[in-house]
Amino acid sequence: MMAFAIAGLIWAAGWFINSRLANSAASDSRAVSLLIPAIFGITLIAMWQVLVTMLGVSPIILPAPSAIAATFASSIPTLIADFNQTIIKGALTGYIAGMIAAFAVALLADRSDFLTKGILPVGAFMAALPIVGTAPIFVKWLGSGWESKAAVVGVMVFFPILVNTVAGLKDTSAMQRDLMRTYGAGYWPSLFKLRLPAAMPFIFNGLKIATTLALIGAIVAEFFGSPTVGMGFRISTSVGQLAMDMVWAEIVVAALAGSAFYGAMALIEKRVTFWHPSQR
Amino acid sequence: MKSLWPPLAIVLVILGIWIAAVVPMNIHLTADQAARQDIVVTPDTPAERKELSGLSLAVKNPDIWGMTYTLDRPNLPSPHQVGAELYKTVFTVAPTSRRSLLHHAWVTLSATLLGFVIGTTLGILLAVGIVYNRTMDKSVMPWAITSQTIPILALAPMVIVMLGSIGIQGLLPKSIISAYLSFFPVVVGMVKGLRSPDAMQLDLLRTYNASPNQGFWKLRLPASMPYLFASLKIGISASLVGAIVGELPTGARAGFGARMLVGDQYGQPIVTWAALFGAAITAALLVATLSLIERRTLRRMGMVGAAA
Repeated sequence: MMAFAIAGLIWAAGWFINSRLANSAASDSRAVSLLIPAIFGITLIAMWQVLVTMLGVSPIILPAPSAIAATFASSIPTLIADFNQTIIKGALTGYIAGMIAAFAVALLADRSDFLTKGILPVGAFMAALPIVGTAPIFVKWLGSGWESKAAVVGVMVFFPILVNTVAGLKDTSAMQRDLMRTYGAGYWPSLFKLRLPAAMPFIFNGLKIATTLALIGAIVAEFFGSPTVGMGFRISTSVGQLAMDMVWAEIVVAALAGSAFYGAMALIEKRVTFWHPSQR
Repeated sequence: MKSLWPPLAIVLVILGIWIAAVVPMNIHLTADQAARQDIVVTPDTPAERKELSGLSLAVKNPDIWGMTYTLDRPNLPSPHQVGAELYKTVFTVAPTSRRSLLHHAWVTLSATLLGFVIGTTLGILLAVGIVYNRTMDKSVMPWAITSQTIPILALAPMVIVMLGSIGIQGLLPKSIISAYLSFFPVVVGMVKGLRSPDAMQLDLLRTYNASPNQGFWKLRLPASMPYLFASLKIGISASLVGAIVGELPTGARAGFGARMLVGDQYGQPIVTWAALFGAAITAALLVATLSLIERRTLRRMGMVGAAA
């Protein structure tokens, strides 16, 4: 009873501060709009900590945030090795390979109206399919090293990037294309000077969707076979050992890596598409 | 029906590449098998064949190409083998049998649909809260957006074990993963949709002296429908992926994920491929059903243009 009362108190306090902040005059300033979600997050973690420790919840079910932080701090070398294996070798290599392949196919498709009309619906359909399911097949073909993970990631990110790039390359008005023609610009100059820049908001939309897919693909593919290092390997073996604090530490790493990856893409997007209305 | 040809052509090209790839992918296995049956294979020792790439071995042995399409345990099954397996497991066994793919489809589908309904309902409720409560908007919305950048799917095995250890098993853990995956797209899309009426429309309702309740039911909710359907379509395929991944690491005995795992572990690639295509067909049917409902609903509401 006591535990729930304290947790309720923490919630009330956090909510009170936030509602004061949100309804105050300064609520739209940058600092406050970062502070409010931060307070919300801290409130939830504090409630989690209080409930788990005071109710004596078994760490097999749900470890306390402090226990997760302790495991995180004490196993940093392992976490870095896993990060390297899964994110750098698996996800990033596959992401770049899939991206290059998607750009190449999109540019090829762009030369013909027929191909564009064919690739758009097929690609959109493929993007909605559970492609993670190909993981066991790739692990069988390419072995359990990082190459098979990169292949799964490549296939997963290929379709969203392809569809967005093809759609983006179509996103110029007849007026703009006519202007390029009056300049005497051929296919390549008008591609590089007009249509590719105009496609950038679409392309980055696809690239941002693909960041999360890349991490999912790399981690899930490791459930099907991996060397004794890697985030997916660590998660599945730690679940087997009921070492939930280690699992949560890996999830923290995955969350940080996912947000950083997405954030990096959003930052590049801001630099590249500074002219677009959504960035101003 | 003119627009049907280009996608069809692309599908045919993909099928062609697949059929062509079967020969080099399977040629090593086939050559070994042919050598055992006293058929002459050009490098006649297995060690020499291992040195060669699939393509050059295929060029040297055109006689055994036909055999690459009929292997029992191929590296890459040919389309007709996958099709035959699908036909066999869907139409020739009773749907209640454990060997029927329909049985496995239903196991996965029921978890998907239950999770989708839970996730969508909670998502819509949270979106309404976010639109009407400024504190909630400021506190929860950034997290809802950030959480889409996190590989939530990696949580799946842990959620299943966690719930298993407090005695919840079977359908519900998978549904919770499905619900979680469809939850955030719906929240984000629905918030956008409920905010889509512009100031002019809101002002018009004010001149009618409409209550906030009427404003919600007569303006905001109808205006959000195109956004809702767009996120529902993302949500349902995410739900299906969630349910399948939820079946993978836990030794589930039924469902698409379990079939993939069984095919993988017992060296029956055709089973894995059939499960994969079964899952793909299911995903396509789910999205198509939602598109149909979307078109009907938007037409009834007089928003046909928005559905295009």
